[in-house]
Amino acid sequence: MHLIISNNSNVPIYEQIKNAFINQIISGELVEDEPIPSIRNLAQDIKISIMTIKKAYDELEEEGYIVTKQGKGSYVASKNTELVQEKARKDIEKHLNDVIDISLKFKIDKRDILDLFEYLYGSEDKT
Amino acid sequence: MKNAIETKNLIKKYDDSFELGPINLKIPQGMIVGLIGENGAGKTTLIKTILSIINATSGEVSLFGHSSLKDLEDIGIVLDDAFFPEILNPKEVNSTMKDIYTSWDSDLFFKYLDDFHIDKNKQIRTFSKGMRKKLEIATALSHHPKLLILDEPTSGLDPVVRDEVLELFLNFLQDEEHTILLSTHITSDLEHVADRIVFIKNGKVALEKDKDELLDNYGILKCDEEFFKKMEPSDILFYKKEKYDIKVLVEDKKRISKKYKESIIDKITLEDLMILMIKGEEKR
Repeated sequence: MHLIISNNSNVPIYEQIKNAFINQIISGELVEDEPIPSIRNLAQDIKISIMTIKKAYDELEEEGYIVTKQGKGSYVASKNTELVQEKARKDIEKHLNDVIDISLKFKIDKRDILDLFEYLYGSEDKT
Repeated sequence: MKNAIETKNLIKKYDDSFELGPINLKIPQGMIVGLIGENGAGKTTLIKTILSIINATSGEVSLFGHSSLKDLEDIGIVLDDAFFPEILNPKEVNSTMKDIYTSWDSDLFFKYLDDFHIDKNKQIRTFSKGMRKKLEIATALSHHPKLLILDEPTSGLDPVVRDEVLELFLNFLQDEEHTILLSTHITSDLEHVADRIVFIKNGKVALEKDKDELLDNYGILKCDEEFFKKMEPSDILFYKKEKYDIKVLVEDKKRISKKYKESIIDKITLEDLMILMIKGEEKR
């Protein structure tokens, strides 16, 4: 497992930690039932405050990526394909919103964007 | 979760018209809480009043839910101005402390001294400021306290040692019942390890917030006069006019950056925050 945290990023630190876990769960680097460090241990190891890690863990648990067993620590939850798809969909949505922002800003026609999308998607298909 | 420290309407008045409080603080167990503020803001007075070293004029302090300081054993203290007699060496400090604290752990104490490269046979008067601080921290930790109260524990320490000390603090916090309250000028230390920030200004709590909320939501918007005039007053917390720009402290920077397109909003550091809140002007 690895965790690379940037102090200069605009992404809040808890979110960086959360994303690192999600990425490694999705990529399979962290496997189902694998124990993850305790909040306090991780805080000490990466020298980041406990509340920050707790927030990341709380959200990971809420979103179903990890489970915490009373007195036994936290584990990677069983892989939930739906969840992974959902996350991918959210990522796509975010990028598309950027596309919309830029096209509005420069008054680029929606039709042009859709054409471009079709074109790029098509060329991706062939490879 | 229980509160390690709680103060209710704590007030300390001095003849010279400086007044601390009323301070209402709740510090839950298991956290590192950082006290920040400029010199003379009242950080040390607050710490000393919590510890009953100074008698409060009015108000209450409770530690671990008790209204008086019942057991010093549970509290590790590092103060800025108190220290051991100069002629003692760390070995003698060890024997003295053994008599004071029933839970004194000599092995742990000597282990810290080794880690900090402190010669246990040398008189304290030969120690540098940093070495004295390290000795104090080692002493505070060596009777297995549950609460550490530290006034400027990292001042005078070089970055490498500060890093070691912060690691010690996080190690101490491995026990969920352990709590740390520390004051510091070196706000970057707190940006890493603190859970909560209490900002003291002119004897009062000017801001008390979870560190993440502060660093993730607050921002500094930089603009020119024209832009500033167009801003809604309710969006401006503090502002400071400089020669070439105006710096504005804003909350909820995501909302602000959407509302004011093309605005430049920088991430905030605790230092920026302190300076803007002390030197800047308040808008709302």
